[in-house]
Amino acid sequence: MIARGKNSLLIGAALMLVILLIAPHLFYPVFLMKVLCFALFACAFNLLLGYVGLLSFGHAAFFGSAGYITAHMVKALDFNPVAGILCGVVVSSLLGLVIGWLAIRRSGIYFAMITLGFAQVIYFLSLQLKFTGGEDGIQGVPRGTLFGLVDLTDTMSMYYFVMVIFLCGFWLIYRTINSPFGQVLKAIRENEPRARSLGYDTDRFKLMAFVISAALSGLAGGTKSLVFQLASLTDVNWHMSGEVVLMTLLGGMGTIFGPAIGALLVVTLNNYLAGFGSWVTIIIGAIFVTCVLAFRRGIVGEILEKVRTWPTRGKG
Amino acid sequence: MMIQVFGVPIQALLGQLLIGLINGSFYAILSLGLAIIFGLLNIINFTHGAQYMLGAFAAWMSLTYLGVNYWVGLILAPLIVGAFGILMERLMLRRLYHLDHLYGLLLTFGLALVLEGVFRQLYGVSGLSYTIPDIFQGGVNLGFMFLPYYRAWVIVASLTVCFATWFVIERTKLGAYLRAATENPELLQAFGVNVPLMITLTFGYGVALAGFAGVLAAPIYQVTPVMGSNLIIVVFAVVVIGGMGSILGSIVTGIALGLIEGMTKVFYPEASGVVVFVIMALVLLLRPAGLFGREK
Repeated sequence: MIARGKNSLLIGAALMLVILLIAPHLFYPVFLMKVLCFALFACAFNLLLGYVGLLSFGHAAFFGSAGYITAHMVKALDFNPVAGILCGVVVSSLLGLVIGWLAIRRSGIYFAMITLGFAQVIYFLSLQLKFTGGEDGIQGVPRGTLFGLVDLTDTMSMYYFVMVIFLCGFWLIYRTINSPFGQVLKAIRENEPRARSLGYDTDRFKLMAFVISAALSGLAGGTKSLVFQLASLTDVNWHMSGEVVLMTLLGGMGTIFGPAIGALLVVTLNNYLAGFGSWVTIIIGAIFVTCVLAFRRGIVGEILEKVRTWPTRGKG
Repeated sequence: MMIQVFGVPIQALLGQLLIGLINGSFYAILSLGLAIIFGLLNIINFTHGAQYMLGAFAAWMSLTYLGVNYWVGLILAPLIVGAFGILMERLMLRRLYHLDHLYGLLLTFGLALVLEGVFRQLYGVSGLSYTIPDIFQGGVNLGFMFLPYYRAWVIVASLTVCFATWFVIERTKLGAYLRAATENPELLQAFGVNVPLMITLTFGYGVALAGFAGVLAAPIYQVTPVMGSNLIIVVFAVVVIGGMGSILGSIVTGIALGLIEGMTKVFYPEASGVVVFVIMALVLLLRPAGLFGREK
């Protein structure tokens, strides 16, 4: 069973790599880069919701603030793109440390409300601080060159750069989930008092998971600000926090590939409905309701469940 | 002669305190509704902000299309919103009680998006105005400040409704049933009380409170599809600060935070948007269960 799980995972990873290499020749690369950024964001979020059972309703704070920091560092201080993104990651991790440290004092729905509140503080700061440019955001962020060698203004080079970032982030999440640390996280999700009785300092594990999730969300947000050469209020708004919840829920929380697939679907939907005003909001809301009422395992989760129960049903 | 407090003219201070008191009354009604719903259903109603918006729109639409006056609107709109809530509980929320509470939050969040989206599609984002009813035109000069009649009415009406709700829950037999259902629904059902019906009606009432607040707010603020979504985030913080254990606690916390927000507008305007969240952080540090909360 474990061997089969490992094999199917290898097949999945290989398939993903092939798709990622072929896709830019078939689809619009900027769209694909957007999907990859959101896929990484959703996977980072899933680390928290799917594997620790903590619903954060404020993840836009990390995604958006890293975008602002990266854009500012690259545009105003002439940092190279990698250093800019790293600055974004550092800031989002520190934010994650502070917000996480406060929020894990409560659990369940309180946790969701608290993270939402602190994310709103980050939103107000983004609106009022000088360097963020208020309603305009930071526009015309230069992509620069990678280590002085690769010119990132070229769309295909940028695509491969984003792809490598995504794969690194994805691999890191995979490793985290499948490490002894990840086992403890799952134990906390299943039964926190029991994990504590086994001697684990559960608050510390939760905080570490929160910081990792915030850092990787920042990685996604910083990269996105380079792709679109823009950091704006959209990425720190609570709507964004809701969207990443939906990506994870739709794809399948607690599955490895689910959030990425959810991100692909939600970004595609946003792109197609961009010209139809508020219909995006209505449809996204309706998908939320449908997922919760009828479809709680998400797409990948439902497929896995079908595969798991298939042999027994065949015999019966 | 100009009286000053810490270098701020007293008129400005009192003016902001009045605005703070009005905001505080809205926080109080909304967090009260959330607390009642949470007590019995164990879910946080994310649709609360959208239902507040729905109340304001119901009043505006009934005035504009049907010529229904303010007083009828004040009764009618909460009934409409409450009926909507009852439908929502019967058709959707009921299916989630056996699951993790987070699903209730996600479902109501989705519904809030749908409602907001529908009204934005119909009416756009620019505000619609609801004229103050004739009887409340103008105001009274108290000597130290000018008090518009309508604002005074809003404070009186919302506090009356809050304390009436408190009285019913804490001092009547119906309230005793409600408190019993919060403690142990199975046992109460075994005594022959129709708990599922009670849950439905409680949700309807909590939601109707949001609708009522919406009607009160309509003449003061612009009626817009997004009027509820930013408010609800602050109200969530109010709920975290107060804790949801006590009815009186949520009323007092709501009003106090409104006043603090008003004071901040006078002394340090830049922070007025975030002061509630800063207090939330302090409360989490010092008293994580909330000022009036009990750790469950």
